[in-house]
Formats: sequence, structure tokens, C-alpha cells
Amino acid sequence: MNLTSEEQAMLDGAEGRAVAQAMSLLVRYGEALGAERLVETRNVCGGSVGSLPNRRNVIADLDTMDAVFSRMNLDSDEVLEIPPVKTMAYKLIEAMDPVHWEIQQVSEQTRELVRKNAEFSDRVGIQRCNTCTPYQVGNVPTFGEHLAWMESSAVVYANSMLGARSNVEGVQSAASAMLTARIPYWGKHMPENRYATHLVEVGCEIDGMMDWGLLGYYLGEVLQENSPVLTGLKKNPDLKCAKHFGAAAATSGGVEMYHLVGMTPEAPTLQAALGNRPPTETIRVTRKELALAYEHLNCAERRDIDFIMLGCPHASIEQVRIIAALLDGKRISQNTQLWIFTPRALKSHADIMGYTAIIEAAGAYLMTDTCPALGRVLPTGARTVATDSCKQAHYLPATLKLETWFGSVEDCVRSGISGRWEGTFQ
Amino acid sequence: MLVLHGRRVVGGVAEGEAIVTSQAISGFGGIDPMTGIVTERRHELCGQSFAGKVLVFRGAKGSSGWAGNFQTARMAGVGPLAILFNEMTTKIALGAVVMRVPAMTRFDTDPLTVIASGDWVRVDADAGFIEVHKGGRSDPVEHCSPA
Repeated sequence: MNLTSEEQAMLDGAEGRAVAQAMSLLVRYGEALGAERLVETRNVCGGSVGSLPNRRNVIADLDTMDAVFSRMNLDSDEVLEIPPVKTMAYKLIEAMDPVHWEIQQVSEQTRELVRKNAEFSDRVGIQRCNTCTPYQVGNVPTFGEHLAWMESSAVVYANSMLGARSNVEGVQSAASAMLTARIPYWGKHMPENRYATHLVEVGCEIDGMMDWGLLGYYLGEVLQENSPVLTGLKKNPDLKCAKHFGAAAATSGGVEMYHLVGMTPEAPTLQAALGNRPPTETIRVTRKELALAYEHLNCAERRDIDFIMLGCPHASIEQVRIIAALLDGKRISQNTQLWIFTPRALKSHADIMGYTAIIEAAGAYLMTDTCPALGRVLPTGARTVATDSCKQAHYLPATLKLETWFGSVEDCVRSGISGRWEGTFQ
Repeated sequence: MLVLHGRRVVGGVAEGEAIVTSQAISGFGGIDPMTGIVTERRHELCGQSFAGKVLVFRGAKGSSGWAGNFQTARMAGVGPLAILFNEMTTKIALGAVVMRVPAMTRFDTDPLTVIASGDWVRVDADAGFIEVHKGGRSDPVEHCSPA
């Protein structure tokens, strides 16, 4: 790795031990990748994993958040004093809802860790947005901007829809970028790696969140980490559809960027998206492939629904509006809980618009800051869940051992009202 | 014995029994970091543990929590001894760094075609090669005992 004199000084300790450790980690990471240098970034999204339940056992011996951040975020065996961050830094998902933690069965220990995590974030200057969708709450990158973002669904959105440049970073590389304003110049930071490699000919209509989610889920499994360019689409995806498409493709596979000809910023033409090279493979998609993805996602047998989970990735205000309209004047089954997840800033907006009141009057909850898969928050006794998210439907059986149904938002809400799964694929 | 040459990702030397999958592995939501067991439904290793083994696989997929989960597996004492993989991504490179085990990629022969679960593999990432003993360890391995 070739370092600038400023980077070498950071590595040598000129800015303290935490910055030196962060730079050392970036150098080892860059060498592992085969990167030749670092690039400057001023926009970082990362995770404060200390409060998440599945890491609890390996930090039980630590009593300060500096110690937790040193071990988990900087992979340091020593406790380092963490200085203020150098970049704009957004925190991703937290472990609980700030209001509804009681029905989420959140322990006293988690509440204490979340409180300490918040104090730590405020002290070092990490924005407590607590969402997987930073682009919905004020962090909309500019075209060509170099990012160091975690959260695969946010990275694929930023690369594809906005033309910003990010690899899928992890806990430790994002934390190191916050302290150094650097990240390895590799992968999607380099123009030559942003072209599509695979051509996808879509031979059926793709309309609405469920279609876009299933298309992404099918393609992720086929493409793995390759980048597709899609032709044959008749309609632009809006924010919620693009969010579900990318999240699904980054779950069943590792898609970090896609192109939609005439729609996404780096695909004015098919040839431009492909970088004037022939595609390595051509994939055709019809309703048959979407049906296969639907079948793979629906692993449940029990039709009684205990739990409906909506809002993965965190719901847009439009999704909250749609769900409120579906629930208006209705009542959720007494055997079922319906939870909707959205960023806290959008919940404030939903409060103003009256959506929260409609949702609560139906017996449902509008929640923020967390999600079931990461926070492991669930209603008491939940065994069978239904969701409109391919991503959540993929992770819930593995992380929380739940029988899972996947369907459209309309199917999910209708099933929440009846207490029985009523979804179909048409 | 087969010898494969490849590129060092993280240096070091280790040897052990191989566990092999041609599929990519998800870190978050794909493994239990406290036991080292693969938990993803429809994964060919579902229910099997990579703890203390040489993990040979296609690469990483899914959530950006990949490195964090494998780091936790290391701390819980259930990480792999070494990793050998085909597809380089940021998830796997960072994961290899925080797992702190020898890691290699870009072999002259695809390791997925010549290594099977149960084979004994010695990884010398510093020197850039691995030795594969088909069907498990044939010669007794000398252990260093504390003086």
C-alpha cells in the first residue's frame, strides 16, 4: 500500500493510538484486498455493535464504551481512548425502540447498553439516526462521492440509484474510516469496476414492491456479487421499490450495484452500462422465476400468524401512508401483533400527518431505531411471522427460528386483521 | 499430496481438517457466531460447524455484518483455523483480517474441485501455498509440548 505522508503520520501515531490502530486496520484490510492506496471519504455509515444481542457474550467483561469500541469496532486488544470522529458519521440500526421497548421484551441490560451507546455516540460525534436507510433521513450522497458505508441495502442504493461510490464496508472498516477519513481505493470506488457484467432481460411486468423484491431475490442468488444491467422494464422503480429490490439482491447474493437502462445515473444506454464490453452472461426473467423466489421465501406451514413485520429496510413515509390507509378503521386480530419499522425522523412526520394515530387505533405499532433480525425484538410467544420484505423473510428463520411467510403489503395487513395467512402469488 | 499455489490475503501458517462448500456463506444471519455452526436455511453446510477447521468456500455474501460475525466467532473460540476462498470481496477481506487466521485466494487450481471435506490441509499463507492430504491426515503430526 502506498500511503501519503499524512496517512503515514496517522499510522505512526501522530494523532493518537486510536487513529493509529484505525489506520493500521485499514492498511491490513487494503493489503488483503490487493488495494494500492487509500481514498479520502467524508461520509461514513457504521454500526455500534456493542448493544446488539448476538455480540453480548464477547463484551461481558468490558465496562466502558471506549473499551467496547476498541475491541469490536477497531479490533484492538487494548482499550483505546476514542477521539471525536473526523467525518460525517451515521449510526445504523440499534437494539430497541425508544418507546415500545417493553412490548419488544427488551431486557434491562440492553436498555443500559443502548443508553451508554447513545452517550458514547454523542461524545464522539456519531449521528444517532439508528436506521438502515440513511438516505431517507438526510444523508443523500452526491454523484461520484466516495463513501464508506455499511449496510448492504444502503450501499447498493447509493451506488446504483445515486451514482455515489461505496463498497460494502464492515463494522471495523467503517469505524476506522470515521477516525481517519480514509478507506481502501478498491472495488466500486474505481470507475472500471462499476460497469455491469451480466445482462438481465426482463420479460414480464415488474410493478410494486413485491415484484421488485422477488426480482431482486431471484437475481441475487443467480448473480452472487456480480453487477447486472436490466432491460425490458416498462416502469421506473420509485424509492420504495428500489429499496426492496437492492435489499433483496444483496441478501440472497452480494449485489453491490445494478444498472437500469435509461433510469439509473450510470446507464444512459445499454452500452454505457456495460462499458462497451459484451456481457459475460445473459439471464432471462419471467413470472416463472419470480414464482420460484416466492416459493423459496415461504418456508412456513402454520397458517396462524402471531406477528406481522413491515418496514425492512425501514419504511419510507409513503409506505407508512399506504399501511395507515390499509389499517384505517380496521382492527388487528387479537392473536396477532403488527409492527411497522421506520426511521425516527419519519415517525415524527407520521405523527404530524396523523398516520401514527390511525395505526395505533388499529392495534398496530409504528416503531423506530431497530428491527427484529438485528435487535432480536419480538412479540411474546411469536412462532409464525409474515413480512413484505424478502430480506427479513430470508433472515428470520435463521436468526430467530421463526416460520416465515412472505407476501405483498396488502396480503400482510389483511392477514394481520384475520390472524390467518392469506397471501398468494399471482 | 497435492500442492496449490495462491495469493496471501492474511499471513500465517495453520493446518487442520477441511470443511468445503461451493456456496457462498452469509456472516450475519448465516452462521451462529457463538457456536460456529452454519444456520442458513437451504445452505449445504446448514447444521455443520467450521470451528477449528480449514474453511474452503466460494466467498462471502449478504449483510455487511459479515466481518463482525466472524470476529465474534473468533472471540468465542469457534472461528476457522484458516480460510481459502475464490471470490474476493470487501466482506471477506475485512473478515479475514479480524478473524486473524491465515487466508488465501487466487489459486492456480480451483480448491473447490480438489479439496473435499475431511481432507487434511496445511496452509502456509506467508509462502503462498497449501498442501492437501486427501482423505485426512496420513502421517502423525508432531506437536510441540511445553518444556
